[in-house]
Amino acid sequence: MRGYLARKTLVYGVTFVVAVTLNWLIPRLMPGDPVQRMVARAAVQHPETIASMTEYYERTFGLDLPIWQQYLNYWAALFRGDLGTSVWLFPTPVSQVVLDAVPYTLGIMIPAILLSFVVGNSVGAMAARSRWLDNVALPVGYLITAMPYMWLAILLAWGFGVALGWFPVAGGYDFGLVPQWSWSFAGDLLQHWVLPFLSLFLVSLGGWAIGMRNLIIYELESDYANYLAALGAPRRLIRQYAFRNAMLPQITGLALQLGTILGGALVTEIVFAYPGLGKLVLSAIQNQDFFLLQGTLLFVVIGVLLANFVIDIVYVLVDPRTRTGLTGGTA
Amino acid sequence: MALAVNDLKVWYRTVRGDVKALDGVTFEVADGEIMGIAGESGCGKTTLGKALIRLDTRMRHVGGSVVLDDVELPLADDGAMRRHRYREVSLIPQYAMSAMNPTRKIGRMIRDLLSAHNVRYADVLPELERRLELVGLDAEVLGRYPIELSGGMKQRVVLVLSTLLNPSLLVGDEVTSALDVSSQKAVARALVEFRDHGFVRSMIVITHDISVLFQVADTILVMYAGHLAEKAPAKTIISQPLHPYTKMLIGALPKVGDRYEEQQLEGIEGRPPSLLEPPAGCRFRDRCPLVHDKCAEAPPFRKVAEGHHVACWAVS
Repeated sequence: MRGYLARKTLVYGVTFVVAVTLNWLIPRLMPGDPVQRMVARAAVQHPETIASMTEYYERTFGLDLPIWQQYLNYWAALFRGDLGTSVWLFPTPVSQVVLDAVPYTLGIMIPAILLSFVVGNSVGAMAARSRWLDNVALPVGYLITAMPYMWLAILLAWGFGVALGWFPVAGGYDFGLVPQWSWSFAGDLLQHWVLPFLSLFLVSLGGWAIGMRNLIIYELESDYANYLAALGAPRRLIRQYAFRNAMLPQITGLALQLGTILGGALVTEIVFAYPGLGKLVLSAIQNQDFFLLQGTLLFVVIGVLLANFVIDIVYVLVDPRTRTGLTGGTA
Repeated sequence: MALAVNDLKVWYRTVRGDVKALDGVTFEVADGEIMGIAGESGCGKTTLGKALIRLDTRMRHVGGSVVLDDVELPLADDGAMRRHRYREVSLIPQYAMSAMNPTRKIGRMIRDLLSAHNVRYADVLPELERRLELVGLDAEVLGRYPIELSGGMKQRVVLVLSTLLNPSLLVGDEVTSALDVSSQKAVARALVEFRDHGFVRSMIVITHDISVLFQVADTILVMYAGHLAEKAPAKTIISQPLHPYTKMLIGALPKVGDRYEEQQLEGIEGRPPSLLEPPAGCRFRDRCPLVHDKCAEAPPFRKVAEGHHVACWAVS
């Protein structure tokens, strides 16, 4: 187990370094110059002023240094927890901007992913044993899964927001409110949370249910299920085994979903103008904000790696077949 | 009489019609008897084995009865049949290699199964360990997962597990087929030992490999195309087979001392008939060298000597 952990840690460490490097490199390969943009925003005409502003900004962002030194500085700053300063929201630090957005993203993603996982798998498992439910759940599941996500989200926004007027259609909270610890603000947050959450929840629900149904049916046809039935085991025990085994691939699926937790809500956040990380990525690109883009993507990368690492460990605990590989087959 | 099967018919439902895989078989298995069932692929031997314990969803009990220890088994009623499974009729499946849940430790799985039968694991554990030892396994396998065992080990664990509650009848389907010759011998010996120790009262061993039956079986039942061809003590089947099919089956086996450079090993020409619309009369007649007019009528499964039954008009 220790050797396995060490190997995994090494692999994830290398992946992290590569990802951070790419993360630093890619914004620099984008067309456009953020400094030029900031200077243009100031709308000054005087050439000397422009020159001195350019110089000031370049020094502030460290863009006047040779490229390799920029790279090293980036790593050094990273370990100090300094992600640089945002160009778009100058002079707010990137870490501040990102940390403000993170709760919104996590707030819709975690409940949506976990609840759809739990509900979808339960419905799928029930559908596998009830013909009636199967005939209802399966077509509905396929319908939801096949629906383009954007369209579903817009449909929800139109139906519940515009037509029925039950929920607001945009923002993380009412524009007239100031964030504070109060019941009225919490209620407002919740109201704005419902539609983005619901759209994400619905869109992954069908996939889980269909997957679980098929897996359970497959497991119930398997040799061990037949053997148990021949030895007079009650249906409950066989189902319990089938469910447990069918959960394994689903857990992998959950891992992949959790990996996308930070970046995955891009479309949702845009449709509902929800102030999370996805919207931040878009704004950063639109405003050529290198540092904000880097910082946001870094969070996404860390999220993916952490989720995968955790699932690797969980998988070893739940599936004995993955365990023999790591003990080197001492059996 | 441990087991009496009377005119049992089990058909498979398919879109093209009923496949009459088991079309009226009648035989008996005595207390303490190990009966081997032999025959080529598709002759209905596995169907017979399954019919005795659990019909799958495509199988249909069309007629006939199975009486075990004077109680008729409710073959068609899955729920009622459950009470008889394991305690009275048990099975070693064809797929013993994959018969155990891969994600449960073996001991844990046995505990789950036993508690479903209202038997306490702790009560059975000493006996379980003794029997594992008897087949050459350490009690430590109970703490292992099935993937950690070799094929032969899994086969022996399944043997012990299937017979743990001392069933009256054990159906072993191709018990030795997936094993190498030395494991085959060990498993075959274990089967006989289990009978001798009284862990299992009677046994039906199904195989396409007649040479295995010579090692374990007291009597051999030869099946052909859903019908019975011959039943006799194992020795008689080898030395004095009467049914032409049995003769050809035995003739197709290699013998020690024969030199096959000089002499071809004989096979049986032709193929068994389709069981979708089987021809009336004797089903072997298309391949039979002794065929004559009378064969258009189905021959009865007649007793020709003590414990020797044959279904053939040519045998008087």
